[in-house]
Amino acid sequence: MAEIDKVTQAILKYIDEAGFKQEGAFNLRHNGMSLCHGDSEHVKIVKKEDKPGINIYIDGDTDGEEVHIPVVVDATGFTDKVYNDFYIAEGANVTIIAGCGIHNSGHVASQHDGVHSFFIAKGANVTYKENHYGAGEGDGARILNPVTKIVMDENCVFTMDTTQIKGVDSTKRETEVEIGAGSKLFVIEKLMTHGDQLAESNMEVRLNGEGSSAQIISRSVAKENSSQIFHPAAVGNAKCNAHIQCDSIIMDSAHVRSIPEIDARHLDAAIIHEAAIGRINDEQLIKLRTMGMKEEEAESVIIEAFLN
Amino acid sequence: MLKVENLSFSVQEKDALHNILSDISFEVAKGEMLVITGPNGGGKSTLAKVLMGIEKADSGRVMLDGEDISAYDIDERAKAGIGYAFQQPPRFKGMTVDKLISLAAGEKKTEAECCDLLSRVGLCAQEYVKREVDNTLSGGEMKRIEIATVLAKPHKLCIFDEPEAGIDLWSFSMLIQQFEEIKKDENQSIIIISHQERIMEMADRVMVIEDGKVAAIGRRGDILPELMKQGPSCCAYLKKLEEM
Repeated sequence: MAEIDKVTQAILKYIDEAGFKQEGAFNLRHNGMSLCHGDSEHVKIVKKEDKPGINIYIDGDTDGEEVHIPVVVDATGFTDKVYNDFYIAEGANVTIIAGCGIHNSGHVASQHDGVHSFFIAKGANVTYKENHYGAGEGDGARILNPVTKIVMDENCVFTMDTTQIKGVDSTKRETEVEIGAGSKLFVIEKLMTHGDQLAESNMEVRLNGEGSSAQIISRSVAKENSSQIFHPAAVGNAKCNAHIQCDSIIMDSAHVRSIPEIDARHLDAAIIHEAAIGRINDEQLIKLRTMGMKEEEAESVIIEAFLN
Repeated sequence: MLKVENLSFSVQEKDALHNILSDISFEVAKGEMLVITGPNGGGKSTLAKVLMGIEKADSGRVMLDGEDISAYDIDERAKAGIGYAFQQPPRFKGMTVDKLISLAAGEKKTEAECCDLLSRVGLCAQEYVKREVDNTLSGGEMKRIEIATVLAKPHKLCIFDEPEAGIDLWSFSMLIQQFEEIKKDENQSIIIISHQERIMEMADRVMVIEDGKVAAIGRRGDILPELMKQGPSCCAYLKKLEEM
């Protein structure tokens, strides 16, 4: 069993809430290298030969298994780019936990760009969780730029749950999804920025198969001088249903742009978007204060619930 | 238990100061239920908000169990023992019903405990306990959850601002039962702002607020006939009540 230092362990607590263990299928990438890795009966992880990254093969008998593939960067001035491809076989049911954390104690930026591609066969059910976190006493930036590409065959389900709550100075997320007939996509994106942080999320979901559906929910809180941009787009190429919902709480001197886009290219494409940006409601604060909370505490409770 | 002395509250409207409450004084004994009624716009809800500290009185004094809470903020009054149910409770995106109840109780409530509370206000608990307190709930459902948050822990004084508004008849009956339960507790006093005859019939005393002043206060059996002899607007209001 590989030894994991304290800094990495501390980061893992944030990015792998289920608890990272060197058991079953796992791969811990640390400063661009695989620190430890393991396979299970149904999940095989193979190092790429042509570029940095791994291929993860999940067979059709996988039923409820978790695959943990966290990434930790704690070297100042280090830029890590990785390509991870997931091949999920017909009928598999799997949860993939792929958080990323940067601990930067220096003066130069540290960066991780993770490119994840998913190839999901018929009837598979995939839950993908990605927590982003930044820490470290240095003033060097902590930068995370994830790219996620998802190709869904027929009648499969993909649930993507991404969270970035603290410490990431700059992030630009790009997500592309192709959805086949009868398949369902659920995206829940939660984001909080503070200080001078920047966050941008661009997503294009193409509903290509009859009966496909997508639900994209984005909830964010922007504090202090931080900036956020959301641009989720749903393209209906067939008879399909899609719903985009972007809600943001804006505080202090923050800036939030929310640009949901819906694009119907089929007569029976039903696509809806909702977007709202607003400050914390005074009545919510007062209600919680009548329960005995101070204003700051009430504010934290509202934000926590909103992002939950 | 609650002693209100010479409470006044005004708002600045353009160049003029508009009195909403003028020199209000009354007391609520330990274990007593006081129903505050009166015409719309008379200042009842404002009085409730001033008691909770949501609005700041211009002058006057509020004593709770001998403690002067006049300068207390909302959360300090809550900690001193006042519970408050809003006429129009706010919605919380992402907040589940059981989480809100736990926050109100000041401790983690189990699902079974939350279900019990929700059942007491007429909600089929299993359906609601994990729902979000957002705009997927109707006004009536919100109202009942709001009342459940106040019932989540004992208070020295519970204030309910028009609890009957937006609630169906069956749930209203359950609500009446809950007020009767609170009444049995000799340590909890209740103030209910209401126009509802059934609620007034439960009161130990009734206070009529009109034009920001106490128009009448006394035992329920005494107050209605006595008030009929008084001013025209109050008489008209009471006649309307009798017709309801």
